[in-house]
Amino acid sequence: MESRFRVLFLIALVFTMSGCAATKNLFGFGNEETPPPTSEPPGQVIDPEVERREIKEPAIDKEDFEIGVFTGIMSIEDFGTNLVYGARIAYHLTEGFFIEATVGRSEGGLTSFEILSGGARLISDSERILTYYNLNLGYNILPGEVFFGEGRAYNEQLYLIAGLGSTRFAGDDRFTVNVGAGYRLLLTDSVAFHVDFRDHLFDIDLFGEEKTAHNLEAHIGVTVFF
Amino acid sequence: MLAAFALQLTLTGSVLAADELREVAVADPYLEMHTGPGRGYPIFHVVDRGETVSIIMQRTDWYLVRDADGDEGWVDREQMELTLKPDGSAVDFKRATIKDFTNARWELGLLAGDFGGANIISVYGGYSLNPYVSIEVWGSQILGNFSNGWMGSVNVVHEAFPEWRISPFFTLGAGVIHTEPKSTIVQGEDRTDQIGHVGAGFRIYATRRFVLRAEYKSYVVFTSRDDNEEVEEWKVGFAFFF
Repeated sequence: MESRFRVLFLIALVFTMSGCAATKNLFGFGNEETPPPTSEPPGQVIDPEVERREIKEPAIDKEDFEIGVFTGIMSIEDFGTNLVYGARIAYHLTEGFFIEATVGRSEGGLTSFEILSGGARLISDSERILTYYNLNLGYNILPGEVFFGEGRAYNEQLYLIAGLGSTRFAGDDRFTVNVGAGYRLLLTDSVAFHVDFRDHLFDIDLFGEEKTAHNLEAHIGVTVFF
Repeated sequence: MLAAFALQLTLTGSVLAADELREVAVADPYLEMHTGPGRGYPIFHVVDRGETVSIIMQRTDWYLVRDADGDEGWVDREQMELTLKPDGSAVDFKRATIKDFTNARWELGLLAGDFGGANIISVYGGYSLNPYVSIEVWGSQILGNFSNGWMGSVNVVHEAFPEWRISPFFTLGAGVIHTEPKSTIVQGEDRTDQIGHVGAGFRIYATRRFVLRAEYKSYVVFTSRDDNEEVEEWKVGFAFFF
């Protein structure tokens, strides 16, 4: 198996090095083609009635990033439901797709076993603190407007997210799959209110045999575009 | 309270920026203003040819503009391309194309996959020295059944045919790996070792700024024991360039 990969790499190496004639331009962009000088500017269809003036173009304010905080409740399987809070940052690639990173923190309570048995503790208090991070791909669906009374309309969207991350809980970092749906209400063109529902799935073997735990989270949040 | 604070921030932000907005003149028969930055939002207002509008902000392919009467709405890029600067020349509202895929300087990506039987999640940032050669910095978290850990590395990536839509690459790199065996299962202590690796894969231009990426890397872990470890890694993911 390994020798097969070595052969594969040698082939890949030869293959790519053949393209290495390109390395003569290693620190330049090579022979970039310069467009032939145009003899006259393209004809204008219309001549707008504005004064000709020399001005420096101000940059357009690009607001593709969204940053914010959230808080809500998180149900940790077998460990009860507790407060969760965290932060998120998103980058909007197109009007549909965005990528998002979230971090959050919650705390597990006592399992039924621990309550019934009296004193026995499965994990220490510090191990009950749950922290997670997730990297998600999101897609906006069902854009629309909502109306408050006669005079106010706000833009809104539903979105779906899915991604991967890691959760630290019960003394271990756990590979986590994260899926969910959210609602974004734009209070202004730059400030949004969110409601989110997410499921964090990870494997846990604390009770003898390994199982996949569903940890449901519901939160509200505020984000700002910048 | 937080919302009010954020609102205050953005309001002051827009007031500060208000005195230097870019102005363009409408060259199409009319400019259609949508109520939101997306295809589904209805058109509620049109600006006639010859009138000027100021651009308040851009979000993805949509521009928030204000006309002389103070009406504000979202206009898509295709219509903005048909506007003119105050001096009468055409405005260039660039959109990312496959040419930018070849020539863009910066790239950020996220990949996940299998690292010698364990799960691995990686993020990377890349900088292109030229279309053929780029330097990447990687950070990974490894989550396995017997041990967890993280890995950081610096790679040199060579693309022989960067102008191809599916562009093959070859990569070489070095870094460090830190492993923490799970004490309940495996006896052992935390280790930090140096690694070297070779790999190959494909960058695939999807659309706009989107790139799909798949790769294989073969790692050598230089341990302090008698034998070096070899680990194979397969990953897929996506990236975007800017």
